Amino acid sequence: MMFALQSAVRSLAAMILLPLLFAAGAAHAHKPSDSYLTLRIGPGAEARQQLVVDGRWDIALRDMDFAIGLDLDNDGQLTWDEVRSRHADIAAYAMPRLGLAPGCRLHVTGQQLERHTDGTYTVLLLQGGCEPGTLFAIDYILFADLDAQHRGMANVEVNGRTRSAVLGGDSTHFAAGGGDGSAWRQASDYLRHGVWHIWTGYDHMLFLLSLLLPAVLATGWRAASADVLRVVTAFTLAHSITLSLAALHVVALPGRLIESAIAASVAIAALNNIWPLVQGRRWLAAFAFGLLHGFGFAGVLGDLGLPQGATIMALAAFNIGVELGQLAIVAAFVPLAYAVRRTWVYSQLMVKGGSAGIALLALVWLVERATM
Amino acid sequence: MKPSASRISAATLSLARMIIAALTLPLTAVAAPYVPQSGAEVVETLPRRSEAASAAVLRRRAQLAVASRDPALAAAAAQRYIELGRATSDPRYFGYAQAALAPWWHAAAPPVPVLLLRATLLQSSHRFAEATRDLAAVTHADPGNAQAWLTLATVQVVRGEYQAAVRSCGRLSALAGQLASMTCLANAHAASGQLAASERLLALALERSTVSRDSGTDVQDASQPALRLWALTLLGELAVRRGDAAHAEERFRNALAMAPGDSYLLGVYADLLLDQGRNAEVQALLRDHLRIDGLLLRHTIAARAASSTAVPATPAVASAMTELQARFDAAARRGDAIHQREQARFELHLRQNPRAALELALANWQVQKEIADLRILLEAAHAARDPAAARAALAWRRQHGLEDGKIAALARQLEGGA
Repeated sequence: MMFALQSAVRSLAAMILLPLLFAAGAAHAHKPSDSYLTLRIGPGAEARQQLVVDGRWDIALRDMDFAIGLDLDNDGQLTWDEVRSRHADIAAYAMPRLGLAPGCRLHVTGQQLERHTDGTYTVLLLQGGCEPGTLFAIDYILFADLDAQHRGMANVEVNGRTRSAVLGGDSTHFAAGGGDGSAWRQASDYLRHGVWHIWTGYDHMLFLLSLLLPAVLATGWRAASADVLRVVTAFTLAHSITLSLAALHVVALPGRLIESAIAASVAIAALNNIWPLVQGRRWLAAFAFGLLHGFGFAGVLGDLGLPQGATIMALAAFNIGVELGQLAIVAAFVPLAYAVRRTWVYSQLMVKGGSAGIALLALVWLVERATM
Repeated sequence: MKPSASRISAATLSLARMIIAALTLPLTAVAAPYVPQSGAEVVETLPRRSEAASAAVLRRRAQLAVASRDPALAAAAAQRYIELGRATSDPRYFGYAQAALAPWWHAAAPPVPVLLLRATLLQSSHRFAEATRDLAAVTHADPGNAQAWLTLATVQVVRGEYQAAVRSCGRLSALAGQLASMTCLANAHAASGQLAASERLLALALERSTVSRDSGTDVQDASQPALRLWALTLLGELAVRRGDAAHAEERFRNALAMAPGDSYLLGVYADLLLDQGRNAEVQALLRDHLRIDGLLLRHTIAARAASSTAVPATPAVASAMTELQARFDAAARRGDAIHQREQARFELHLRQNPRAALELALANWQVQKEIADLRILLEAAHAARDPAAARAALAWRRQHGLEDGKIAALARQLEGGA
């Protein structure tokens, strides 16, 4: 009883002491020198051409002291008065070393303090902008001559999208802004994600193949390609609809349910090739199950993180990427399958055997996803 | 299996992000910018300046500012910073040293003293291949450079290249005193299956050097205390591996009497105490050294083990874990991967996340191959129930005949369960 009480008192004491210990700076980490630069760049309110820049720059007091000497009485302790009296010198030392591009300017509107893991930092509050037609860029050389391992951790938000960079050493340059370029780049990123997702998303690919395997068995090239076209169009249309609905938060379904249902859809499509239930209207099945797969794509898009204010464009780019990836699969598979469709190997081994394999794999996924 | 596997990892990834955000949130909340209430408030304590030392540093800086391309001045300044960095375990000094060497940092053939220091800095940031390249160039240009052979041997041991290390120590023995050569050799041999013999020989060499300390026979007299500290620490480590905890502790304590603040020594001694469950002693030992990530880690592991009756972590442990996570995050933002061993221990012993620990331990094993690196890898593989992940490392252990009590026990468990 006594012992329990003691240990409770002890843990209470520890609870009060330890956070204080860290806050008081008795146990700041030893780490290499970093500064933290956070900027927000956007179009100005009145003149639409002008870029407005604001943000903050956290620089360790210890590093500033090493560079220009802040400890006036040399007692190893920095008081707020000592720091405050050197604010102008700190700004005059730091700002030229940010290396702002011509046409851009930043003013230090004030300085405060912040605690990071390795000690107290001075926070330079920044405001400024760039003249019309100029690109925001910096060439970061803070402490480059004193501490070759110093780095500037830059987080720059341009029109709602954040880019990070580690500046210093051999890479001192950072450029941002110029609206169109970054938007195009963002779109192409999502396009690539879309293509990549269908290629590495084996369940989507196997579903498509299950539908395409028997499609080429129709008599004649014309009938076969019409069937392929119907299946692919129906699948595309369906998953575009649900992908859009889910990504725009109109409809939300639990991810695990969707993943399990997708696995089931692959199994059903494959089994249908062995024991046909739906024959003439495979495009209907493609449409119905395509709705499911669209929710699956939306989950991936959500994981990638959608930039604010650019959802529609990212969504469209991702969707187009999925279509392109899908078309590449069709273009590679259909001509080959068409060429060998009359052989026993195709009609028995590939259609029946392949479908059996796909169905088995899909059932394993189903069990995995349902029990996970 | 690929799609479900990739989606599972995406899910765990976002979960991990959420956990990290939840963990660092209190810290960022504490860390909002502020303005002190009073001008007299102390807002930062600067690193202790041992007055004479800092005066010397300032003088060097002034000299260097006028003649930054003078290799002798630059090397002297860099050397001083590296010594300070080692003594305080503060990596900022390595950045200062690198800045002093800036005119030659990318040079193909800097002067030999600069090249040797560049190699030392590369080694300290775990860029072992580049360090080896520079050291090979130094030993080629100046085969009589004892320091270069010694540093080369050390890097080779860390990378698991024991035969090459033994050869380097052989070159050293013609240039340096017996204690330096024996410590170098013991370090290389002990890892490759000659543990007991190495330990005996090293103990003998240390004993002899104590007797002949004043006779001035050793070439590197100035470095004698540092050398004795290294020898004694290594002897302690060899005893740990042999399972002789009593001897190990005696040696660590003697070494601590020589260098009470040596962070490497504190780390290995704390590990011995942790293995014996002497958690309170670990906490007392490391209390004043929590600036150093590896020591804060051990302190927190001990604190958690001591309070294991309380099911969730106590607030003190939780706070320390938040701090550690913030430090690992800060390193990750820089792209530094020199804390992977510590981070693996953090994931395994504090976050109880064997999967993450195993991934870190495997990545770390690609870079360095010391006993501690093997141990955390095996522990993580065992905890993650993934003996296959440890197969290559276990084969490596057999191939080199590596002796270590703890490692042997772990290997039996993994191989038995494989």
